[in-house]
Amino acid sequence: MRVYLLLIWTWTRAAARYPASFTLMTIGGCVAAGLDVAVIWIIFHNTTTLGGFDLPEVMFLYGSAGLSFSVADLLFGNADRISQHIKAGTFDGMLIRPVGTFVQVAADRFTPHRAGRALQAAVVLAVALARLDVPATRAWMIPVMVVSGIVISTSIWALGGAAQFLLTDAPEVANAFTYGGATLTQYPLSVYGADLVRGVTYVLPLAFVNWQPGLFVLDRDDPLGLPYWLRFLSPAAAAALALVAVYAWRSGVRRYRSTGS
Amino acid sequence: MPTIHRRFLAESHYLSLYAQLVGYGFRKHATYWGAAAAGAFTNTVFGVLRAYVLIALWRARPGLGGYDVTDAVTFCFLTQAYIGPMQVFGGGLEITQRIRTGDIALDLVRPAPLIFWSLSEDLGRAGYLFLARSLPPTVVGALLFGITFPSDAAVWPAFAVSFALGVVISFGWRYIVALAICWLRDDRGIAVMSLVLTTFFSGLMLPLTIFPGRLGTLARALPWSAMVQVPADVFLGKAGIPGALGFQALWAAVLLALGALLTRAARRKVVVDGG
Repeated sequence: MRVYLLLIWTWTRAAARYPASFTLMTIGGCVAAGLDVAVIWIIFHNTTTLGGFDLPEVMFLYGSAGLSFSVADLLFGNADRISQHIKAGTFDGMLIRPVGTFVQVAADRFTPHRAGRALQAAVVLAVALARLDVPATRAWMIPVMVVSGIVISTSIWALGGAAQFLLTDAPEVANAFTYGGATLTQYPLSVYGADLVRGVTYVLPLAFVNWQPGLFVLDRDDPLGLPYWLRFLSPAAAAALALVAVYAWRSGVRRYRSTGS
Repeated sequence: MPTIHRRFLAESHYLSLYAQLVGYGFRKHATYWGAAAAGAFTNTVFGVLRAYVLIALWRARPGLGGYDVTDAVTFCFLTQAYIGPMQVFGGGLEITQRIRTGDIALDLVRPAPLIFWSLSEDLGRAGYLFLARSLPPTVVGALLFGITFPSDAAVWPAFAVSFALGVVISFGWRYIVALAICWLRDDRGIAVMSLVLTTFFSGLMLPLTIFPGRLGTLARALPWSAMVQVPADVFLGKAGIPGALGFQALWAAVLLALGALLTRAARRKVVVDGG
């Protein structure tokens, strides 16, 4: 942990050496993420509800998912560069250092401008909450779901990274799950097909990033009629997925064969 | 007579040169078929997610923007299919790298104009990515959700022309963005800006037909709509063919002309820098 902080601080200082570029990239990230909000705005310009949810509710789901995902992306998203490290041979160097490989890969070329997206998502979440008026008896779930969401997103990054030990040539496949998961959770899951929702509830637990706990915060019935107690399972789902991710990453590293010099 | 004959020879020589460059572009990308397959997979997954959102919207508002639900789903998978050939997320040109390393000086003194040289390679790239990254999402979309195909046979050749023009417009825009580095020094800022403009105003995120009021009018007049929205509308039969193709041809000509002007300016710039 201490090494991780030291490494990301080093890369942050490196990025700060180019202040103009850094500012542009941060703003660019904000604007690029803001496009998703523009899309939601245009959708709600044409309709009043989407999948049974109105604009502030969708903004709440978008903001909470976006916050979880972008914090995970900021801190650990570089794990998807593992295939580049394998190809370039720099992964060998990481293996002989006395720090965990995941920490090293995640911290390498740490890009602090991704914080712009987290900020943007936080603003959307704050605006949504201001319009939703959630009582404290349900609001306590919000920090729980954001933290669980960060753990789930990080685990998916790690799983995507681990998969690249097998698919060195096709790192884009992992994007379908990492960025795909981020896109999926932006909207109420009620817009998706029932089979897809069951898949992201019971197999890859994306529904626990914001959907199930979000239903509790919004005090809504599950449009798909899944059990009520699922709403409280986010921390458990996050812990379970994290364990799987750790196991996958370790077996990926164990399976790794250096290409030699 | 001999001069004409010589000119004819020179021109046919150029043509075969460009044809070869198209072939090289195709083969270069065909080497990385794994990356293309992964890209096709990702494009398909995102197509499915987008399709569900559009279906939910069109269920709430049937007939929105002149599309029915099937049209909207078709639009979704068609536009996902354009991501590869039209290189909607930007890049795809080697000149960015070559400007940074200075190799561009060599390219500028070649006997064929840089812009046509790059365009030929890019057409080859687009040709390969059409096979590798456009067909799979379309087929999966058709199997999972069902999409509409043109009932009028005349639409197919028009769509082929419209698709090709879309690639040329995409190239024209990316070429300008790439050359802009000669003046801006850093490519990342403008790359992000280009990404934002292209994804939003091309119709990739939502059909431009449902953009409200003036924003919609503006979006439909900009070159990015000629990249994605217009070829999709030609396929769906929602646009008059001569008007759509004329609009695309106009933007293609404008962007290529701008690119040629920038190339001339860049040539002077490079000479100054290179000393």
